Amino acid sequence: MTDLSRIRNFSIVAHIDHGKSTLADRLIQLTGTVAERDMQEQILDAMDIERERGITIKANTVRIEYPAQDGETYILNLIDTPGHVDFAYEVSRSMQAVEGSLLVVDATQGVEAQTLANVYQAIDADHEIVPVLNKIDLPAAEPDRVKEQIEDVIGIDAQDAIEISAKTGLGIPDVLEAIVTRLPAPKGDRDAPLKAMLVDSYYDPYLGVVVLIRVIDGVVKKGDRVRMMKTGGTYQIDKLGVFRPKMQDIAELGPGEIGFLTASIKQVRDTRVGDTITHEKKQCQTALPGFKPSQPVVFCGLFPVDTNDFEDLRDAIEKLALNDASFSSEMETSAALGFGFRCGFLGLLHLEVIRDRLEREYDIDLITTAPSVIYHLHMKDGEVVELHNPADMPDQTLIDHVEEPRIKATILVPDEYLGDVLTLCHDRRGEQLDLTYAGTRAMVVYDLPLNEVVFDFYDRLKSVTKGYASFDYQMIGYRADNLVKMQILVNEEPVDALSIMVHRDRAEMRGRAMCEKLKELIPRHMFKIPIQAAIGGRVIARETIAALRKDVTAKCYGGDATRKKKLLEKQKAGKKKMRQFGKVEIPQSAFINALKMDS
Amino acid sequence: MSRPDWEEGGFGLYIHWPFCQAKCPYCDFNSHVVAQIDQDRWKRAYLSEVERLAAELPGRTLQSVFFGGGTPSLMAPETVAAVVDSIRKAWPVANDIEITLEANPTSVEAGRFRGYRDAGINRVSMGIQALNDDDLRRLGRLHSVAEARTAFDTARDVFDRVSFDLIYARQHQTVGDWRAELTEALSMAADHLSLYQLTIEPGTAFGDRFANGGLKGLPDDDLGADMYALTQDLCDKAGLPAYEVSNHAGDMAQSRHNLIYWRAGDWGGIGPGAHGRHTIGTQRFATETALSPMEWLLHVEKQGSGESARTEVSPEDQGTEYLMMGLRLAEGIDLARYQRMTGDAFDTTRLKPLIEDGFLEIEGSRLRTTNAGRPLLNAILRDLIV
Ligand SMILES: Nc1nc2c(ncn2[C@@H]2O[C@H](COP(=O)(O)OP(=O)(O)O)[C@@H](O)[C@H]2O)c(=O)[nH]1
Ligand SMILES: C[S@@+](CC[C@H](N)C(=O)[O-])C[C@H]1O[C@@H](n2cnc3c(N)ncnc32)[C@H](O)[C@@H]1O
Ligand code: SF4
Ligand SMILES: [Mg+2]
Repeated sequence: MTDLSRIRNFSIVAHIDHGKSTLADRLIQLTGTVAERDMQEQILDAMDIERERGITIKANTVRIEYPAQDGETYILNLIDTPGHVDFAYEVSRSMQAVEGSLLVVDATQGVEAQTLANVYQAIDADHEIVPVLNKIDLPAAEPDRVKEQIEDVIGIDAQDAIEISAKTGLGIPDVLEAIVTRLPAPKGDRDAPLKAMLVDSYYDPYLGVVVLIRVIDGVVKKGDRVRMMKTGGTYQIDKLGVFRPKMQDIAELGPGEIGFLTASIKQVRDTRVGDTITHEKKQCQTALPGFKPSQPVVFCGLFPVDTNDFEDLRDAIEKLALNDASFSSEMETSAALGFGFRCGFLGLLHLEVIRDRLEREYDIDLITTAPSVIYHLHMKDGEVVELHNPADMPDQTLIDHVEEPRIKATILVPDEYLGDVLTLCHDRRGEQLDLTYAGTRAMVVYDLPLNEVVFDFYDRLKSVTKGYASFDYQMIGYRADNLVKMQILVNEEPVDALSIMVHRDRAEMRGRAMCEKLKELIPRHMFKIPIQAAIGGRVIARETIAALRKDVTAKCYGGDATRKKKLLEKQKAGKKKMRQFGKVEIPQSAFINALKMDS
Repeated sequence: MSRPDWEEGGFGLYIHWPFCQAKCPYCDFNSHVVAQIDQDRWKRAYLSEVERLAAELPGRTLQSVFFGGGTPSLMAPETVAAVVDSIRKAWPVANDIEITLEANPTSVEAGRFRGYRDAGINRVSMGIQALNDDDLRRLGRLHSVAEARTAFDTARDVFDRVSFDLIYARQHQTVGDWRAELTEALSMAADHLSLYQLTIEPGTAFGDRFANGGLKGLPDDDLGADMYALTQDLCDKAGLPAYEVSNHAGDMAQSRHNLIYWRAGDWGGIGPGAHGRHTIGTQRFATETALSPMEWLLHVEKQGSGESARTEVSPEDQGTEYLMMGLRLAEGIDLARYQRMTGDAFDTTRLKPLIEDGFLEIEGSRLRTTNAGRPLLNAILRDLIV
């Protein structure tokens, strides 16, 4: 139990690669939280996949003990949140559990789109904010210019920004001291009934569900019986502890403290982020307002390449879903691909993370179909239907109109690439909302259809700006537009897994692009293969894959038989990675690569 | 008991000579360039291997012997003579036994032709490769067109049966170039031609250059297909139809030795890297020998055998090999034999689309590729094998 005045809870907000994880490492290291020999880089990024991609996915916490210059030892609780836009909503929730933020800005780069998105969330959560300029060890650092930019663009005082190098350790003591002196202590009443916020939860194979909590009032102890006020579940606490960043048991957690509990909870789905945890007997009067659960916005089909793997895929998806309440799945049958799952994700990164985990941890080869958003179909009979899969699109004549989700996208880009960015946004049916300058960088705000962004917008943006643009978005609602389903026919047969929703005005262009791509992706067969794009039975684009004319081994004598047989068997195995549509074989990668546009 | 399956294809011996004067940049054969060859030592090793195989496969009538390489025309005629003699003593031989030797068309080698005839060789297969000096140089060949033609004329004088090889679909070659060159080749009165499209083999100098983006101007598949079609056309008209994907001859002049491979007969493999297939009782075996010349030689000398591996070929694999090799032939395969071999009838539902599209045809119990199907054989096989 720690006195409230000696607790500080904070998060770090930053654009990707500005040094958030490195700074966290330094704070952990300098305070001796982790023995030097156990120290590793990016210590808060637990999972493999995070390490590999260099992104932080789950909210992580670490408790640091810091002996400050005033002679007191403080408990500092850091909540580390993912910086990526897919998880923006998760971030906004975790922000509610702390009182202050370090705003880390790379002094060689300045403010970027995610800096803005994340700092606005901190401001919304009433945080005290301490600006930190990182990477000042680099010759290109321009701390003064960046300070000015922070004041101009974000509108907070940056004169006292701390200049550091998370890499060399320069300025880290100042950061620790500023956390104590500039961030507020939490408030709370030790004698009130228990009121704790459920910050996050995850599944651990040994402990079951681990629940991350922030105590607001009262005290929680191991063995206590608690109730989750929203879900109504009651549990006995098996284990109570803090992360340093390894789990460490603790006897109790009091107001202002952050830690975890386990209570024989079977699945993450039994917990709700933002729920209020109180004692079963002595309950608090009012629950916390709670949060809307996060909703999947991007959907795609996942099918096993080998149809025999379906049951394995089902098991793997169920296991992953236990640990990720924001990921949804339901069985899907495709005429083209057989049995699989229609899965919903928070965004494309989330999709990739889940797909990679399925392939890697569960060793299942997957076919991923075109990502799609949720359309609202307003039927002529007045009904409104959600469409998650273009293949399920009802007869167009029954539909009055279709609405699609739109986003507000903020892009920061050096002036010289502005023209290309405007063209890209325009090509993707964007409407410009704003265009201002922050120093030499332009900041453009666009209203864009999510549908045009989910697939390869970010890749395209990176490529037209040579990586110098930054991007963030938020959902702003639904709007009607002239949207139709486009089918792809391969050798005269529709392939449902290649159907997409498109804007009528862009249909010809998209149709042509997809037909051309498929022409490259589908190997030549012994016969010629027409590829067509069609809207409601009318063909709007076509290509033809010419027939294969020669594929024979020139020399094959006695000594070649063994080798040639092995080669043939290998090719045969390669064919099993393809899907058969009538007489045509389509490689698994084609389903997603067919959508990639060159512009 | 009915007669053993291998007799449908016959019985032959393949003898591998692993040395060449220089390594051609396209070639992935087991061939080596060495400063000196101890002909006597090699001769003894071959004789020892002939004896070993004769003991294992006694009493069969031998239909053919093939000296391949490498460059067997670097063998001393005495070495060839000794090997042929020992073979004739080891097995009863067919009256019309075919004994072929692969020869490179340089003047030095042509000088040995009479010696080879006296040693018992009755057919030569010459690696002429191109009738164009620039291309011969590009192919890394040590002979000119003129030298090759002189060697060919010598061979014509000395041997009853002469075949030669050309490699086409070369860099920058056009259909017109190939038409002229093949027309000239057909006028040369060979009774057999092997016409190979250049294959870029991994691990060769060409393979490396190609992988590094070099070797420009190779024909694409469509041009390759056009050249293949032209080849069929010109050879048909000249009375040398394709009896196999790349081999052309009239009925009497076909290579009996190579037919043994394509008809799934038995053959013994002698020499470094030589493969064999032979049947003992109801089991069929694939044999291999050490690839490195020195290793093979030491194996033979120390252990009395050059064989380095012997694996049983399952009935299913026999079926696959039979399809793979037999469908190369214009005559195709015998489905009844396939069934006897594998124990299962051929799943003809898989044939149906290929027959409908005109790539395969069935006549009685014979299945064969059509002229349209043969250049697509690999694609057909991918559909047919399980
Ligand atoms: N030169 C220099 N590099 C740094 C500094 N801080 C972080 N980096 C590097 O910047 C990259 C991104 O850092 P990271 O902490 O992963 O950023 P995050 O995405 O915000 O978590 C890594 O390669 C770090 O090594 C610094 O102060 N100086
Ligand atoms: C065993 S090789 C060589 C015989 C002899 N040493 C010679 O080069 O004349 C038999 C034939 O295979 C052909 N050949 C070898 N490598 C080839 C390749 N990469 N592509 C096409 N044909 C090839 C050549 O026509 C060659 O004559
Ligand atoms: S093509 Fe003939 S001469 Fe050239 S390396 Fe191969 S075997 Fe030797
Ligand atoms: Mg990080």
